[in-house]
Amino acid sequence: MSTVQSTGAVAGYRPERTLRLSVELRRQFKRRRTIGVFALMVALPLVLIAALQLGASEDAQANSRLNLVDVATASGLNFTLFVLFATTSFFLVVVYALFFGDTVASEAQWGSLRYALATPVPRMRLLRQKWLAALVTSVAALVTVTVVALVAGGIAFGFGDIRTPIGISIAQGDGLLRLAGIVGYLAVHLLVVGTLAFWLSTITDAPLAAVGGSVFTMFVFAILDQVEQLGSIRDYFPTAEEFAWTDLLQTPVDSGDLYRGVIQSLLYAAVFTALAFRHFARRDVTS
Amino acid sequence: MRPTAGLVRHRPRSGARAALAALTTALLSAALLAVPLAVPSASPARAAEDVTTEDATVPSGSGEDAVELDTTVYVPASATGDDPAPAVVLAHGFGGSKQSVADDARDLAGRGYVVLTYSARGFGSSTGQIGLDDPRYEVADLSTMLDLLAQRDDVQLDAPGDPRVGVAGASYGGALSLLGAAYDDRVDAIAPQITWNSLTTALFPSQAGAVDGATPAVTPSTGDSGVFKRLWSGLFFGAGSVPTGDGLLASLTGGATTGGGAGVPDVDPSTLDSAAVEQALTCGRFRADICAAYQVAAASGTLTPDIAAVLDRSSPAGVLDRITAPTLLVQGTQDSLFGLGQADANARGIAANGTPVKVVWYDGGHDASASEGDTADLRDLVAGWFDFHLRGDGTDPGTGFTFPVPTGVGAAVGSVQGGSRTETATDYPGLAGDEVQRTDVPLSGTTFPVVTPPGGNPAAITTVPGLGAVTAALGGTTVEIPGQFAAFDSEPLTDAVDVVGASTVTLAVSSPTGTATLFAKLYDVSADGSQTLPSGLVAPLALTGLSTDPTAPTEVEVTLPGIVHRFETGHTMRVLVSSTDQAFAAPAESGVYAVGLADGAVLAAPDVDGTVTSTSGATRWWVLLGVLAALGVAGVVVAKLWGARRRRQLSVVEPDGEDVPLRFTGVTKSYKDGFTAVRDLSFEVRRGQVLGLLGPNGAGKTTSLRMLMGLIRPSEGTISVFGHPATAGAPVLSRLGSFVEGTGLQPHLSGRDNLELYWAATGRPLEDAHLDEAVEIAGLGTALDKRVRSYSQGMRQRVAIAQAMLGLPDLLVLDEPTNGLDPPQIHAMRQVLHDYAATGRTVIVSSHLLAEIEQTCSHVVVMAKGQKVAEGTVEEIIGTGGAVLLVVQGDPERAAEVLTGLGATVERADEGLVVELGDLSRAEAVAALVEAGVGVDQISPRRRLEDAFLSLVGES
Repeated sequence: MSTVQSTGAVAGYRPERTLRLSVELRRQFKRRRTIGVFALMVALPLVLIAALQLGASEDAQANSRLNLVDVATASGLNFTLFVLFATTSFFLVVVYALFFGDTVASEAQWGSLRYALATPVPRMRLLRQKWLAALVTSVAALVTVTVVALVAGGIAFGFGDIRTPIGISIAQGDGLLRLAGIVGYLAVHLLVVGTLAFWLSTITDAPLAAVGGSVFTMFVFAILDQVEQLGSIRDYFPTAEEFAWTDLLQTPVDSGDLYRGVIQSLLYAAVFTALAFRHFARRDVTS
Repeated sequence: MRPTAGLVRHRPRSGARAALAALTTALLSAALLAVPLAVPSASPARAAEDVTTEDATVPSGSGEDAVELDTTVYVPASATGDDPAPAVVLAHGFGGSKQSVADDARDLAGRGYVVLTYSARGFGSSTGQIGLDDPRYEVADLSTMLDLLAQRDDVQLDAPGDPRVGVAGASYGGALSLLGAAYDDRVDAIAPQITWNSLTTALFPSQAGAVDGATPAVTPSTGDSGVFKRLWSGLFFGAGSVPTGDGLLASLTGGATTGGGAGVPDVDPSTLDSAAVEQALTCGRFRADICAAYQVAAASGTLTPDIAAVLDRSSPAGVLDRITAPTLLVQGTQDSLFGLGQADANARGIAANGTPVKVVWYDGGHDASASEGDTADLRDLVAGWFDFHLRGDGTDPGTGFTFPVPTGVGAAVGSVQGGSRTETATDYPGLAGDEVQRTDVPLSGTTFPVVTPPGGNPAAITTVPGLGAVTAALGGTTVEIPGQFAAFDSEPLTDAVDVVGASTVTLAVSSPTGTATLFAKLYDVSADGSQTLPSGLVAPLALTGLSTDPTAPTEVEVTLPGIVHRFETGHTMRVLVSSTDQAFAAPAESGVYAVGLADGAVLAAPDVDGTVTSTSGATRWWVLLGVLAALGVAGVVVAKLWGARRRRQLSVVEPDGEDVPLRFTGVTKSYKDGFTAVRDLSFEVRRGQVLGLLGPNGAGKTTSLRMLMGLIRPSEGTISVFGHPATAGAPVLSRLGSFVEGTGLQPHLSGRDNLELYWAATGRPLEDAHLDEAVEIAGLGTALDKRVRSYSQGMRQRVAIAQAMLGLPDLLVLDEPTNGLDPPQIHAMRQVLHDYAATGRTVIVSSHLLAEIEQTCSHVVVMAKGQKVAEGTVEEIIGTGGAVLLVVQGDPERAAEVLTGLGATVERADEGLVVELGDLSRAEAVAALVEAGVGVDQISPRRRLEDAFLSLVGES
């Protein structure tokens, strides 16, 4: 028979050591899904570089909707900005939704959730560790795509200054700093979709429902955002300010929308996270 | 000039004119509709009061000029005869009607003002002809409106017949408010927006010559000659000349309504006066003198005294000295029709009387709509102006100067999402004696020959009316024709230069004819050579009296367009002078001018120091930040309280815990839908027991096991594990190993990885895991390193059981452990469980198979329909050494006698005798019967509960 602590726990069991972040990350990185996303994050900038190199004809410019496309090939930094611009509203949303939405629901689907809870990993701790692991993987994916774009873009287009569409330059050092700010902003803003997916993940046992539900919600808001008649209501959408990071390219930096975007995102993230914890604390695990 | 969607109601007409009308409408709608009227607008949060409306048609003017004006008064509930409120007249833009300002009026009324809106003569449902804010007509109409307000008992009066009233409007309405304040001293405050100072200067600009002010955007006004702004003028005139609805037909048929189902009017051509037809077709609703002036201007492109007289009559420029009402001047930086210079002239003229003037520039105008944030800010600004100057409420808006923060790159990247910060200075420089500060930027460049092509074509393209900002934002889409311009560049800037207002430069120009028409522009040239024209604005120059000798050119002071723009470090400021511009009428004769810089010429760029205020409504975000912080604090507090409560719960320990590894006490689990899975279940498991939980499917076995694992919360009752309550995540659960309903293995990992990661998640030391023993139990050999995905059901089952036994838990819970195992494996598993219990640990096995329990367990709890049916040792349940079923050959009575004599209890049953042997062994009983001559046909254990159990199984 085992030696026992006063709490009734077996010797060697400490709640604060259960499901450590490193263990959860190891679990996540043993999954093909995680590896696949990261592979995609590496591949995407390379594919875009190839596309830009191939389509570097003159008529490509006439077709461009975004100003940033025109100058995407000006430097590695420019290319990175272009990649971020292209991925903000869809690709990164899906990545965040995947990492946050899959995390609890997939365990429920495998049936491993009950064993983890009976280990016992305290429920709040399980959720917290899952949340942190999802954050780490999501941000790592974001950083990966940025770094790969920066390096590969630099090799392809030169390690130069940021050049904006009307020809204003931002020096490379300053540009890198601003890029870090942009990645930071995106990491926070995307928490909205992430935490929404996380909440759904605690409700459903189907990972697809959590991931798809949150992405679908974001798309609905993105579409509603196009409806001018809704006026200032749109400022309160979870998708509001999703491109506010472009303000970081202004000189001087206009912090108004950024600030607002950060606060609003954190607020949404806090609410969704609180809902997730509240639901999970009371839930009967029947999966 | 703010047309509405209802500008033209299309009638089925054919021919080019219809197409033209449609085109004009489309263009106007696209270009002008977006121009905001920055008056408090529909903002539901503020429209606190109930507002009622009163429509009326009001006669105004006399004789030939008598008209019927279509009016609406918006009355807030708070304005009554006992408590009268100040009034505001809202005037609409050109091409609009009272409907264009309905939302604004409703909002302002919601703030407690009696608001009067009306369609100006010649617009909407009002009759009459457009006089371009003529003091005799439109301004007199405004006085009629003030009379109307003075008669209302719910309007506050300064004196009998003199209401407390403010006037606001944009563009056409803005000029009306200026002229109204000049001609009618009953007006107490005005807020004109994006409007003109002098129509002559606006439509025939010439920005050459000395300026007579020290304000930021001071721009020379047109003297004898100017360059006709033909595209804008065409749109302006077009908006008024397109017959509105019945207008054309009514004017042709003397107001008779039209008949015919198809909407085709019943007009007898012989009754029509051909002059009237021509007038109606070419002039629409314009007065004849205005129409005539336009036709001359459009045809010749030159400013005649007649035209100047018409335009000056409609300009506030000449009467600014009469304005005593505090004035809020709002002008847009994206406005190629009425530029910043127009508001500048108004500000100088009004401030000269000592009248309070506040100047606001915003990022918008006739070329581009303001952002939502800007619009909301301007609404509040106008309301605040009236609150203070009509009601004496609120803080004094003062006489400061607000303008957008100059941004360079923002204009381009910001086309995705722009910033909207503003900068505020304490006053508008140059009004109170202080001069605007100017930065001198040296320019260089030789004298260029500049060619005017015959007919003025091809022409440079810089501005598209209503779209000026778009061309600027696209960057480099302005088109300059080689040979038609002279360019003078600064050195690349070592520091960024902010330009807030109109820069000046002195040029040296000569022309063989002594006259020249030129267009001066200030370009922002980036390091890579791409050039941007800020706001797409151009300064036309109509020059006369020039030297004809290129070696001795005439010096000309030029004021460049008023802009708010930052020229970034490394960029070059370029003054470009061209001979043509597509938006303006250029002389048809060809010519060659020599354009150079005057000696020592510098670009004098004005700048205004101010305080940058962050984006509007920032306080709201501070509030949200506060909420966020509060949520965080609340979350921490709740977590602490929850933890404390939990510790209290866990601290209750039953003293006999170590002997009773599991105890259910009155446990019930009901779901919301009324289904009760487990009802009042109580039992105990003692140390060293192998307990079987026996019951048919759906008996509540799995639910009970889940409850003991803390996965499901019992509705009632308690479950204790080793004396500690088995709540979710209770530490005591660490003594538990479980395998319940499904393996829970991650299919993409190998069996070994699954076991190792599971153990890693417990956070316990690796040496406690006894991994090798578990692996041995699983008995998978090398298959343990293959992916679980490839396993058979039995293999998965064994890995899962091995996982449950990791760390050799003191209480092992297995749900249907032998499912999917083959007979040798089942046999081995039984042995494993027996051996496990022999170490003093406890095992709970659930099954729906009696035989399974019989062979594996020492004790049994039988469940059915969520309730305990029976419990006891396996012997008790199965009946070994207890009752037997006896079938005899011969007389059963004799057999019963014999056995009863030996101390057994005998009952008769259909199939034979049921005998409770007591201390008697079966062998003794059979021997006694044979001795007594009773043949024994069959003797078998009689399972007392089996019948009951089987019937329960059968039922379920």
